[in-house]
Amino acid sequence: MEIYEMNLRQLIEAREKGEITPEEITDAFINRIGAVEDDVKGFVSKLEDSSGVEIKDIGELKGIPIAVKDNMATLDFPTSCSSKLLEGYVTPYEGTAVKKLKEAGAVIAGKTNMDEFAMGSSTENSGFMTSRNPWNLDHLPGGSSGGSAAVVAAGEVPAALGSDTGGSIRQPAAFTGLVGLKPTYGSVSRYGLVAFASSLDQIGPLTRNVKDAALMLNILAGRDQMDSTSADVEHPDYLEEIEQDISGFKFGVPEGYLELDIHPDVKARVEEAIEKIKENGGEVVEVELPPADQALAIYYIIAPAEASSNLARFDGVRYGQRLGDADIEEMYRQTRNEGFGSEVKRRIMLGTYALSAGYQDELYKKALKVRTLIRDQYKAVFEEVDFIITPTCPTPAFKKGEERDPLETYLTDIFTVPANITGSPAISLPAGFSEDGLPVGVQLIGSAFSEKRLLQAANSLENILDIDNPVQLK
Amino acid sequence: MLSKEEVRHLANLSKLELSEEESEEFTEQLGDILSYIGKIMDVDTEDVPPTYHPLENTNVLREDKVTNSDDRDNLLDEAPDKIDSQFRVPGRK
Repeated sequence: MEIYEMNLRQLIEAREKGEITPEEITDAFINRIGAVEDDVKGFVSKLEDSSGVEIKDIGELKGIPIAVKDNMATLDFPTSCSSKLLEGYVTPYEGTAVKKLKEAGAVIAGKTNMDEFAMGSSTENSGFMTSRNPWNLDHLPGGSSGGSAAVVAAGEVPAALGSDTGGSIRQPAAFTGLVGLKPTYGSVSRYGLVAFASSLDQIGPLTRNVKDAALMLNILAGRDQMDSTSADVEHPDYLEEIEQDISGFKFGVPEGYLELDIHPDVKARVEEAIEKIKENGGEVVEVELPPADQALAIYYIIAPAEASSNLARFDGVRYGQRLGDADIEEMYRQTRNEGFGSEVKRRIMLGTYALSAGYQDELYKKALKVRTLIRDQYKAVFEEVDFIITPTCPTPAFKKGEERDPLETYLTDIFTVPANITGSPAISLPAGFSEDGLPVGVQLIGSAFSEKRLLQAANSLENILDIDNPVQLK
Repeated sequence: MLSKEEVRHLANLSKLELSEEESEEFTEQLGDILSYIGKIMDVDTEDVPPTYHPLENTNVLREDKVTNSDDRDNLLDEAPDKIDSQFRVPGRK
């Protein structure tokens, strides 16, 4: 087995046994990036060679390259959110999640391509380029953390950070045969994460398997003085006791969800997963949740509303690109008009609409009230079952160049947004493949701060399903 | 559901300037999106309080002391334009 084919725990074990050195790990992945990145197009900035890399003699991740989504503050690479408006911008500080990785000895391999400001499901909204799905280069890796997913699937790094506002870690993980974890809102500090929708955003890992996700969460989770929304809770060791029998868990299938507009291969894989849980002694019952389109509808009010406010700061005054110098109004307009792509403009205007006089109470406040109802119903369901099981995305990976109107794309977030609306932790793991050989993901959602059990259940489901998801493009 | 004039107004509020083509495209697309999200108006929310964020806590306090260092030069380094120790912008007409 090549070094670049190893997962995090295999790398750590081989290094601890002295079979490979931290330097060899770093070099192997940098060489791998050189070999496949032209096809994958996952990085917007990256290490070109190991000459400047300083391997600190500390930590579990010593010498292991990790990729970071382009919306998290790093000192060594620009943080551009894959937007022309922020092209080349280097933050004067480093985000907490990145700092924690470095303190654990990780080598930051580069910044990964994303839909501009995390708005999108394909990386086609990136201001720079479109990333490819290593399982089939004519397909997309999903988004918005599509670059992070692509580089892990191609073995350019063994793990990456993504951010998830409505599914942006889980959907690309599902599309590329990986595990994607969105922790509970508040589990991981958002300090240094460029805000998209502050009440929904959360940082999490994309890895080759569930145990690696647990290992990453051990490093990332915790209260941070710099983020008042990071929760003051005790985080257990997420790897310890991760091996559990599936018979100890009770899963809920939301009534009617599998009858929604889902690709037949996705539906089949999820139904098979449910059968396997039952065969192995796990309990599966039907549960009642609000209609799935309700959560999706309020997501597309709340997220754009928060985004329109958060993105007001990108005005050409303090950072990034500036265009137009006739007067300040023209400068604002030209900077934003040329700097933002059309999806970002669409969402800013949608959010502005939801927050403008006359509509604020009607639409925005109404959405926040429905959010309460949805939260309450999820809470009630978690009294009955441990986890909710759904497809991660209604379809396998989108094909590159396919025409999709914005609303049509939004509808594919239907299974992922509820976890953000309710703040719940959720994980996507491989469930098998479509007839065309594209990966399909299954999602588990748990109650707030139930990551320990969620990872145990996901690990046991991963063991049962036993899906082969090797590094692609060998 | 949304007129082209309303879309232009929204663009104006958002400090964006849309081309004729963009205005037309956005009018149609935003109209479709608004009619989809409009379905929540039928949900009964009487006496339901709003949820602004998913955390249970309401106030997070810390000791009232200065913790950030003077980072002015670093911050100004990335400015598109600056003069002395300040950001510089074009004037008003």
